[in-house]
Amino acid sequence: MTTDALSEPRNVPVFGPSNRVWLYRVLLVAASLTAWQLASGSLLDPFWVSSPTSVFSTLLTWTANGQLEYHLFVTFKETFAGFLMGAAAGVLFALLVGTSDTVHRTVDPFVTAIYGVPKVALAPLFIMWFGIGLAPKIVLAAISVFFLVFFSTLRGVREVDAKMVDALRTMGASKLAIQRIVIFPSALPWLFTGLKLGLPYGFVGAVAAEMMASNAGIGYLTQNSAGQLDTAGVFAALFALMLVTTLLNGALGRLETFIFRWR
Amino acid sequence: MRSAHLSVVSSQAREAANVPAVELSSVSKTFASRNGPVEVLNGLSFSLANGEFLAIVGPSGSGKSTVLNLLAGLDHPSAGEVRCQGRRIDVVNTEIGYLTQHDSLLPWRTMEENIAVPLEIRGIPRTERAERTREMIAQVGLEGFEQHYPVQLSGGMRKRAMLARTLSYDPPILLMDEPFGPLDAQLKLALQADLLKLWSARRKTVVFVTHDMVEAITLADRVLVFSARPCRIKLDEQIAIPRPRDVHEARFHPAFEEHYRRLWAALDLTSRRPT
Repeated sequence: MTTDALSEPRNVPVFGPSNRVWLYRVLLVAASLTAWQLASGSLLDPFWVSSPTSVFSTLLTWTANGQLEYHLFVTFKETFAGFLMGAAAGVLFALLVGTSDTVHRTVDPFVTAIYGVPKVALAPLFIMWFGIGLAPKIVLAAISVFFLVFFSTLRGVREVDAKMVDALRTMGASKLAIQRIVIFPSALPWLFTGLKLGLPYGFVGAVAAEMMASNAGIGYLTQNSAGQLDTAGVFAALFALMLVTTLLNGALGRLETFIFRWR
Repeated sequence: MRSAHLSVVSSQAREAANVPAVELSSVSKTFASRNGPVEVLNGLSFSLANGEFLAIVGPSGSGKSTVLNLLAGLDHPSAGEVRCQGRRIDVVNTEIGYLTQHDSLLPWRTMEENIAVPLEIRGIPRTERAERTREMIAQVGLEGFEQHYPVQLSGGMRKRAMLARTLSYDPPILLMDEPFGPLDAQLKLALQADLLKLWSARRKTVVFVTHDMVEAITLADRVLVFSARPCRIKLDEQIAIPRPRDVHEARFHPAFEEHYRRLWAALDLTSRRPT
């Protein structure tokens, strides 16, 4: 028997892109920031566009007095709770709907229609229902995540290899065992795509709800800064949020590489 | 052998020796297609004794795979009756092992975990599962590759793993749909030899669909030649080569040539001649 097809290590870029790309990235950021800094005050009024140095100094001040940490943590908490609830509901619903062609075809147009509603437009309603605490933000984040995870997982469930399912059926597997042994693991790559797409939308949902009614969180911070005509503050808050989303997405990517090591 | 304690079938069903292991009576099957209904089987009947090794050959699309799917209970006859060990098949038949050409190993499980799947489904405790899996791996000669994922195994090894998985729960009937179809000639012989060895130790009833006439004569007790659809049995040939057989030697047995000639004559493919 031939053994040359065995365990040949494949070149999977586990540690991200090559060093050269990283260098280009750093150069791109440096060039943009320099251009911004130079334009601010000469071409554009710093009142409107602020400048990297003032954004940076705002960030330093907020970090020093603990404001940034506090607000970031509030937003993170809301998003995290919403993300967990939305993702769990999305996966369960997709597994349920995906098992039957009839159920799938029945609910599909309705789910797609609701998906088309801008989630942010629901924020005032949730604030009316749940008050101005954490709850409406969590719900909005959850709904934003739900649809992305649902559609993505459903796609995965629909694309499960029918022959694998048949093989398991002849081995005597129950419906539940087939879900556990074939369908769920086979849909997992799609589920992960949904999670990665959904995470930033979770933050969008939480921040949007914060901007409408709250006294804490990144959404509150931007709204508050804008209210004081502090453009540097708005940029600083958004920049902090951007950093957190990117880091979390990176962590999800790492987790994905670990879970799909069989590929 | 070990088959007694591995058995998943009630001993009652097995001891009824005069009940055929497999029985099709006047089975018809019509599929709906875009160009109207296609009649694949029309009044097909045959039966198979316990422990018999049957090969089915026939032109493409003659309904060979349909017969296996009916026996597996994955599909249902439009008319007639399919019975396995006297029991009418109307839901999925879990007393068979079904090995297809299709690679159905789960890519996210290691080879060892793949072989354990049927035992896991049957709720066999972890320690016993591990032991039986280890035995099966040894019998198909895959020791040392337990922790490999399917992508890391060669085509032949994946086939062996699938064979081990199918045999691990000791089904009394094996359905094989061109299991060694896409493999190279050398590997095919090696796997045929393994199959014969495992079969003679367990004497399962086998229904083996193949395109390869030499394979059919080498392995089977009996070969059915199907016509183009709707399928009729053109020839029911008992193979006179004595067992135990050697897959390398069987084709040089005096009876082989006669079988080969008769089977090809029955197959009568005007467009495709033997080479």
